[in-house]
Amino acid sequence: MTYEEPRGALLAEEGRLPAERVALVDLLDRLLAGGVVVSGDLVLSIADIDLVRISIHALITSIRDDE
Amino acid sequence: MTGEAGTYLYVVARDSGAPSPDGLTGVAGTPVRAVARAGLVAYVSTVPLSQFGEEPLQRSMEDLDWLDETARAHHHVVEAVASAVPAVPVRLVTVYSGDEQVAGLLEDRHDAFRQALERITGRQEWGVKVYADPAEQAEPAAAQDRAGAATGPGAAYLRKRQAGLRSREEAWRRASVRAEQVHERLASVAVAGRRHRAQDPQLSGRKEWMVLNGAYLVDEERHAEFVRAVDELRREGGELELTGPWAPYSFATLDEAGEP
Repeated sequence: MTYEEPRGALLAEEGRLPAERVALVDLLDRLLAGGVVVSGDLVLSIADIDLVRISIHALITSIRDDE
Repeated sequence: MTGEAGTYLYVVARDSGAPSPDGLTGVAGTPVRAVARAGLVAYVSTVPLSQFGEEPLQRSMEDLDWLDETARAHHHVVEAVASAVPAVPVRLVTVYSGDEQVAGLLEDRHDAFRQALERITGRQEWGVKVYADPAEQAEPAAAQDRAGAATGPGAAYLRKRQAGLRSREEAWRRASVRAEQVHERLASVAVAGRRHRAQDPQLSGRKEWMVLNGAYLVDEERHAEFVRAVDELRREGGELELTGPWAPYSFATLDEAGEP
């Protein structure tokens, strides 16, 4: 997804990109390394997930910050 | 409900003016609800722990289709709220034992959420990625071959190989310097800038080096200036990709209690 100049300006006027057109990898950057991390009475947070399959493990750790 | 269902948390906003969650669908096709407390509202849905418990999730997370679907569903809810009012997104897969625990969070971290909301009000996140083509970056290493004293095909091969490695290192070094310049320039127009890790080529589907994967929080009034800066940098050379506007995922942080 490359947006040439007036496209970038145009997008902001038109509003946001439809969710289905967002690249998954850009989304995962934000959802796995961004967003607030909360605590409290959590049943589960993504930090608890111990990924076993190497390919996905590598993928997730390639996105996550060293936290 | 304990042991069977949990409350999945998507995003937090100020209660006044926040959009209704009616008709909004979240992860695993679950209907989104609002939990309000202390002037804040949290968008949540009830998820079965048979899918969102620790053990099933370990399996699910390794399924790229599931991850795609879940990430998009999470994003859909965040977008619905963040496109209407300032909103603080929560990290993917944050599950509480029930609504009361979410209400408790809004109460306990009220000040931190208010601060986080103030930081992002009137601002948008933009993504800028910079790619460098190793082939274009590398300069011919022929000059280094000229003065070679040793003779014979073996020595020539080694010299050539070393020169190749050197030029690749040099190309990488130059691309990194350029990435740093781009980041600093964009961050100077933004309220804040942050570098995500470079994307795995398997995911980005690109062979070029990704030397910058930046996120910038930009005041709405400075948006045109930001786009101009991206355009100028693009003209200076190198491939720049602009994405956004995003909900402020990369700048959603809660200050620890006690910290300034």
